[in-house]
Amino acid sequence: MNTAPAAGPLGRTERFLQGNEAVAEAALAAGIGFFAAYPITPASEISQILSERMPRKGKVFIQMEDEIATLAAVMGASLGGEKAATATSGPGFSLMQEHVGYAAMAEIPCVIINVQRLGPSTGKPTAPSQGDVMQSRWGTHGDHPMIVLCPASVSEAYALTIRSFNLAEKYRSPVILLMDEVIAHIREKADLSAGEPLFARAQPWAPPDQYLPYGEAFGDVPPLASYGKGYRYHVTGLCHDGAGLPTVDPLVIRSQMDRLFRKINNNVEDIVQVQAENLEDSEVVLISYGASARSARHAMKLARAKGIRVGLLRLLTLFPFPEKQVLEAARPARIIMVVEMNFGQLRAEVERTLAGVCPVEGVHRWDGEMISPFQILEKVESHA
Amino acid sequence: MPEPRISQVKSYLRLKALPTLWCPGCGIGLVASAIIRAVIKLSIKKDDIAFITGIGCTGRMSGYMDFNTIHTTHGRALAFAAGLKLARPDLTVIVVMGDGDALAIGGNHFIHACRRNLDITAIVVNNSTYGMTGGQVSPLTPRGEKAVTAPYGSIEPAFDVTKLAEAAGASFVARSTTYHMVEAEKLIMKGIEKKGASVIELMAQCPVYYGRLTGKGGPASMLLGYRESAKGKEGIRIERGVLVDKELPEYGQNYRNLVAGLKED
Repeated sequence: MNTAPAAGPLGRTERFLQGNEAVAEAALAAGIGFFAAYPITPASEISQILSERMPRKGKVFIQMEDEIATLAAVMGASLGGEKAATATSGPGFSLMQEHVGYAAMAEIPCVIINVQRLGPSTGKPTAPSQGDVMQSRWGTHGDHPMIVLCPASVSEAYALTIRSFNLAEKYRSPVILLMDEVIAHIREKADLSAGEPLFARAQPWAPPDQYLPYGEAFGDVPPLASYGKGYRYHVTGLCHDGAGLPTVDPLVIRSQMDRLFRKINNNVEDIVQVQAENLEDSEVVLISYGASARSARHAMKLARAKGIRVGLLRLLTLFPFPEKQVLEAARPARIIMVVEMNFGQLRAEVERTLAGVCPVEGVHRWDGEMISPFQILEKVESHA
Repeated sequence: MPEPRISQVKSYLRLKALPTLWCPGCGIGLVASAIIRAVIKLSIKKDDIAFITGIGCTGRMSGYMDFNTIHTTHGRALAFAAGLKLARPDLTVIVVMGDGDALAIGGNHFIHACRRNLDITAIVVNNSTYGMTGGQVSPLTPRGEKAVTAPYGSIEPAFDVTKLAEAAGASFVARSTTYHMVEAEKLIMKGIEKKGASVIELMAQCPVYYGRLTGKGGPASMLLGYRESAKGKEGIRIERGVLVDKELPEYGQNYRNLVAGLKED
C-alpha cells in the first residue's frame, strides 16, 4: 500500500494516475467488452475515459437513461458473453439495487464500481465517506451472498478492478468494487503490472440438449453459455429450477438457494484478501479498509514511534467478511479498533465475529472530511 | 408462405413449462402464437432470437418460448435488450411487455429505446390493466373505466403508445388487436424486418379483470368489441395497421460506423 506520493522515476509498468483512471485502465486490461453508465460525481472519470477508449478497441460504451438501465444493459451484454461493468456513486448505487439482486439471483457475472460519497441522499457529492458498506452487502432485497472488494491505493484500485472481473466470471456473481472519493481522486504512482492473470468464463461442456444453466450436476458454479451459441435457456429473477424455469417447489428452491450461498461460502479462502502489519506483538489492533486504512497505517507508525504496540489488519475483501483473519488478529490484542468513515458499519461485523472475545471500539468520522491519523492516534493513546 | 402447422408452432414452445399461467380466454397466448408464426414465416432460427420480457402476465411469455429468453425485472426489459443487442448484433431481439410494464414503470426505458432507435422489436401487449396483481388501473386504462384501484372510474387520460413511440423516435410503429390475428402477425413480421426500433401495440383482452370490472364481458364479447371498434362503432375507433415507417439512423449501425472510423487504441 502506498501512503506517500510516488518518489523517484517511474518504471516501465508504472504510471502517475488517479484512482478512477487506474480503474478504467484495469477494466481495459481485464478485457471489458461492455460498459454502461449514467453521469455521477465522483465516478465520472471512469465513464469519460472508457467512452474514449472502448470504441477504439471495438468495444461498446453506452450512456444509459438512468442507473437502473445501466445495470440491466450490463447484464444483457454479459448474457451475450461479454465482460461487463458499470460505475456509479451512492444515489446511482441505490437505484441499481433492484438489479444487484437480479444479478445475484440469476447468477450473471458483472462488476459494479461504486465510488462512495457522503450520504444519505444527495449528501455531499464531492466528499469522502464509507457509508455504503452495508448497502453493498445488503442493499437489495432478499437473502443473497455478495462479493465486495475495497482498494486503499491507486495500484490496488488497478489490481482489485482486474480481480473484480475475475471473481465475477469465476463465481457467476455480481462483484462490487467499493471505492471511495479519496482513492478515486488521489494521484500517485500506480503499478500496472499488479493485476492477476485473467479468468475466462467457463463454457458448457455438455451438449445443448443436456445443458442446465443452474444445474447442480455441473457444480456449484454451473458454466454460463453465451446467448446465440446454440444453448437456448431461460433466465429469470423468479425462483427457478436447474433449467432456469420458474418453480414454486420448496425443495427445488431450497436446493438452488443453498447452492447460491455455497458457491461463495465454500470459497471464502479463494475470495478473501487482507494485509496484516505488526500483528504479532500488538496490544492494539486497528482494522480498516479503503482510504481510512491509509490514516490508520500512519497512526500505527506514529504510535509505534511512541512505543505503543499497534498493528493493522487491512481488509481488501469486505464481503464475504474475513472472519477467520479478524479472529486471528484479535488473538494477541487487548483491544480492537475499527477505523472507518461512517458511524460504525463494519465495526458491527467485527463485533459479531468476535462475539465478546476481545473488546471492540470504533474510530469514526462522518462529516465528509478524510479521517486523520491524529484522531486515530488520540484514541489509541487513550487505551495505551 | 404456407400457414405453419400446429405441430410446427408447438415446437417453438417449452412443453415442460406448460400449461401457461394465463387465465382461460386471455389474449396474451394469441400474441405468443402470432410471434411464433411470424418467426416461422421469416425463417429465423431459434438460436438467433433473443426473446426478452418484463414482469406481469405478459412477462411470463418468455418462459414458454424456446428461444434465448430473459424474464427481466418490471419495466426494464428494453434496457436488458439494449445491452444484449449491442453486445450481440447478430441476434434478432424481440421484447414483449405489458402496458403497465412498458409505460408506467418502464416509461423512461421505453422513450429512450425509441429515441436511440436500436434495432429491437418491442411488442406492447395492451390489456389496459395490471392482470397479475388483480386488475389495477394502468396508464393505458381509458379515462372513465373502472379498475380495482379506480373503483369510481379512472380520472386519468391514457397514453397513446403509438404517438409516444413516434414522437420519441422509433422507426416503425404499428397497432392491431387480438381479433385481427392475421394483421397482427404481418405487423410483427414487418417490425422484425425493419432496421431500428419497432413498436407494435397489440390490444389484447383480459376478460377476468378488465372485462369483468368494466362490463365489457367475456373473451368473445371483448374480441367482438375490437371488431366493432375497428368499424368505428360505439364511438371508439382503434386506428390499426402501420402508423409509422421511416428510414432513420439505427443506433447499432451508428456505433459500428463510429468504431470503424476511429484509429485503433
